[in-house]
Amino acid sequence: MTTAITPSARPRLLSGVRTHFDKARDRWVLLAPERALELDAIAMHILAEVDGQTSLENVISALAAKFAAPREQIEQDVRAFFLSLEDRRLMEFV
Amino acid sequence: MNAVPQNTSPLLPIAMLAELTYRCPLACPYCSNPLSMSGRSSELPTEIWVDVFRQAAELGILHLHLSGGEPASRRDLEELVSAAGEHGLYSNLITSGVGLTEQRLGELKRRGLDHVQLSIQGVDHATADKFSGYKNSLARKLAVAEWVARLDIPLTLNAVMHRQNLDRLEDTIELAVQLGARRLEVATVQFHGWAEQNRGALMPTREQVRQAGEIVRAARERLRGILVIDYVPADYYARFPKACMGGWGATSMNVAPDGAVLPCHAAHTIPGLVFENVQERSLRDIWEASQSFNAFRGNEWMQEPCRSCERKHVDFGGCRCQAMALAGDARATDPACSLSPLHLDLVAAAERDAASQETELVYRKLTSPA
Repeated sequence: MTTAITPSARPRLLSGVRTHFDKARDRWVLLAPERALELDAIAMHILAEVDGQTSLENVISALAAKFAAPREQIEQDVRAFFLSLEDRRLMEFV
Repeated sequence: MNAVPQNTSPLLPIAMLAELTYRCPLACPYCSNPLSMSGRSSELPTEIWVDVFRQAAELGILHLHLSGGEPASRRDLEELVSAAGEHGLYSNLITSGVGLTEQRLGELKRRGLDHVQLSIQGVDHATADKFSGYKNSLARKLAVAEWVARLDIPLTLNAVMHRQNLDRLEDTIELAVQLGARRLEVATVQFHGWAEQNRGALMPTREQVRQAGEIVRAARERLRGILVIDYVPADYYARFPKACMGGWGATSMNVAPDGAVLPCHAAHTIPGLVFENVQERSLRDIWEASQSFNAFRGNEWMQEPCRSCERKHVDFGGCRCQAMALAGDARATDPACSLSPLHLDLVAAAERDAASQETELVYRKLTSPA
């Protein structure tokens, strides 16, 4: 059962889930079993901070610094994105 | 205003089903392969498959499903997986598990295999053996699932469900969780090919189908974040038909063992379609310009009640092969649709078959020896 993600949890893409540049359509996608999710610029920036080592709070901090944006706004986007990936069994938290 | 059917280019395919061989140690009575099929002698050699994968990636295909028959029956499976990886394709091995060892799976992973989809025919030994036509098949599959987990390859279980195993759906879901599968495909049997030969033994009852829908709904909620369930319901008892293949020639290409390219794996049942071969024409050319891929693109081909129906953009009139099989006309509304004039006959036939006491099965087999 999905529960709220704690700030110290470290997100990582599950094995067999990877980003891929879809040359024919000029876009980035997230490839996974039977799924191909189109990644917009925001999603790409978030995933760039995901390495299995960095905690959720540090992912948010890095993005807030990079874009000089309010932390609350970033946190909302990041949590919603991660939750959608977790629900689809594409991401886990360690 | 615009005479070009709306589904043609710039639409690009996203998936390829590569049927590497029709050889298979199993004999499932609902196999999606054709009734008439040949063995090794007509199969494409390694180098042609490798070139097909290169063309597929260039054309925009993202997912490559290595299937059959049993793809592990090909001794060059390792080379084919390497080729898929070199071209950036997401490779999925659709397997019965027979023909794999832990060592071979490890080698496939090293060569870039992304995902394994393992079939199960039943959750008890008797059912599994009866519907695979293979002795002790369940034990084999459980071992394969364990190797896949140990190698950290994502696992999908594929369970074809029918009257004789639908009552074990809860157990099937539980088994998927126990085996560490991330996805489960609950695929109610589709009556094409071999399954059509076994309607009396396989047709689910209306009550089973109703219960299955509830079980899947509850399990999806309970297992959120643990197991993703993709569900193919029994369309015979539904109000509207399935959006077969996401539309004809819209998302996917199917390459048969001899190199023939089909819009779907049952398209050969429609008379008059001409299937081009990868040995004679480029994949792009076949996708864009072949007669078979253009036959039912867009909606110019539709008849009433589809033509004036607002759902024509939702389900594309259903399945063309089913329309052919049941209405005798591939352009007709799929009789699974409640708006089809043949729908009541279809439901009556389904209920008759569901009430049948038939348990004998016609097993899948090759026309000529392998």
